[in-house]
Amino acid sequence: MTHKLSRRDFNKLLLSGVAGSAIGIFGTSNKAFAGSKRVVVIGGGFGGAAAAKYLRKLDPSISVTLVEPKAIFYTCPFSNWVLGGLKTMDDIAQTYTVLKNKYQINIIADSAVAVDASKGTVKLKSGKVLNYDRLIVSPGIDFKWDSIPGYSESVAGSKMPHAYQAGPQTILLHKQLLDMKNGGRVLICPPANPFRCPPGPYERASLIAGYLKAKKPNSKIVILDPKDKFSKQALFKKGWERLYPGMIEWRSVAAGGKVTAVDAAAMTVTTEFGVEKGDVINIIPPQKAGKIAFDAGLTDATGWCPINPVSFESTIHPGIHVIGDASIAGAMPKSGFAASSQGKVAAAAIVRLFQGKVPAAPSLVNTCYSLLAPGYGISVAGVYKLTAEGIVEIKEAGGVTPITADDDQLNEEAMFASGWYNNIVHDTWG
Amino acid sequence: MAVKFRVWLTACAFSTLALATGSGAFAAGSGASSKPAKQVQVKRGEANPRGLVLSLSCSSCHGTDGTSVGIIPSISGRSAEYLEAALKAFKSGTRYSTVMSRHAKGYTDEEIRLIADYFGNVSRNNK
Ligand SMILES: Cc1cc2nc3c(=O)[nH]c(=O)nc-3n(C[C@H](O)[C@H](O)[C@H](O)COP(=O)(O)OP(=O)(O)OC[C@H]3O[C@@H](n4cnc5c(N)ncnc54)[C@H](O)[C@@H]3O)c2cc1C
Repeated sequence: MTHKLSRRDFNKLLLSGVAGSAIGIFGTSNKAFAGSKRVVVIGGGFGGAAAAKYLRKLDPSISVTLVEPKAIFYTCPFSNWVLGGLKTMDDIAQTYTVLKNKYQINIIADSAVAVDASKGTVKLKSGKVLNYDRLIVSPGIDFKWDSIPGYSESVAGSKMPHAYQAGPQTILLHKQLLDMKNGGRVLICPPANPFRCPPGPYERASLIAGYLKAKKPNSKIVILDPKDKFSKQALFKKGWERLYPGMIEWRSVAAGGKVTAVDAAAMTVTTEFGVEKGDVINIIPPQKAGKIAFDAGLTDATGWCPINPVSFESTIHPGIHVIGDASIAGAMPKSGFAASSQGKVAAAAIVRLFQGKVPAAPSLVNTCYSLLAPGYGISVAGVYKLTAEGIVEIKEAGGVTPITADDDQLNEEAMFASGWYNNIVHDTWG
Repeated sequence: MAVKFRVWLTACAFSTLALATGSGAFAAGSGASSKPAKQVQVKRGEANPRGLVLSLSCSSCHGTDGTSVGIIPSISGRSAEYLEAALKAFKSGTRYSTVMSRHAKGYTDEEIRLIADYFGNVSRNNK
């Protein structure tokens, strides 16, 4: 199974002409006239916006249409900072003005409702139909609303926000925290793997704790987790002990962390060990690929989209590339950084495919910074390569902030977290 | 599935090797170790497609084309030689960093050279 190709193997295969036929493995564009280079991108988040920009940047002869219903995109990265009172919603707002004016991307404020892969068309909610030679789909996540009895989209919108798509949900959770009494109890309930931003719930607990410590110091946060471990766990726990002693309690699945039902009227959640009351309850439900990925037939039994990791082209529908949270990207986490990295890889691959060339083998990268308090940052990094098993993490590389990191290093990581944010949003929307 | 991936990977290595020789596609088999031809008249991405694709990830922290708008250092405007030495120093751990050594360890010396070559020429060829 795990057959590694040596350079000799490569050369042998090359000389036997395999590479020529391998072009056929990447789907060909299905439009009538050769030379037509129209790409439609569904979703203007981290993956879609980066892909659209880089397509235009790498080959200005490609015409790019980006379909995104929202005029303002609020980034999930740094939305936890908003919850902690360290940033405002304006600080995390991105627009499509530069993509439109500087990169001459045709921005359509609408939603895609159907894709016809055989005809190469996308139907929009307005009824308009777009033709594409290649399609990029980056719709992010959708929630499995029915996975927690008592939870629903309307409960999320009124009593128990998920705040896992930034925008009104972030504002609602923030308002609830502001309204909560001193001595209140905040429940944060993350889902099982895989889900968007694995360190997200724990950064959230940290920054909410920072706010509560300053303004409502008798309050407590309980994280009810269906997992037995979480991202950067040792670093988070060490930070919590140093910064917020006694304020954050993490309950693993073994300690009764799994939430089996919620009651919005009573403001309680049921766990395997009993009923827990909360003054603010943040339910982060299990997730799946964004709806359009299902409607377009791009998902498999996992609820996510299988892809060819060289070009992020769907293994189900040739000519359609799926990037970001919706894709099954092997060992890569579902992060904005990863989505952006994948968007650029897909863009570079599409440029080559339009030229009738084979895409260059990518390497994919991720870094997720988490802030525990101002001046206290940690990170996890990974570099990924392609093998016969798909996208795997390079063992010698990556890893987390050393647990022995001193205050200067933690401060540097916090500064780089801001530096990263400024650059990635500029690299994506600016 | 594994077989399919293998063919893709072969195909992609092919594109790298072919371009690493700087000449026609079928020179690949014989010239895997030769230096890339300097083709300054074409856009960097076309001369160094693997370097381009590897380098695209860097911009998420260092800014588009390596030009940072914040506290993270820019990598544009640096020579290929400087960048290659810096990345190798991060890789070996002789140069301090918070996160760069964790990244640099993920690249072979050849890949580091391709990245350095790409950014070392990006300002000249990609503006
Ligand atoms: C609290 C929190 C903190 C996070 N922090 C970080 C962090 O620090 N670093 C990091 O790297 N990642 C972070 N993430 C993860 C990051 O937000 C996601 O991984 C990233 O947004 C995924 O990008 P995407 O393009 O797949 O989806 P998104 O960015 O969600 O974009 C999807 C877009 O598609 C649009 N769309 C959906 N359906 C349609 C349709 N049918 N037609 C048209 N448009 C459509 C949506 O409106 C949306 O704008 C965080 C996430 C959360 C929740």
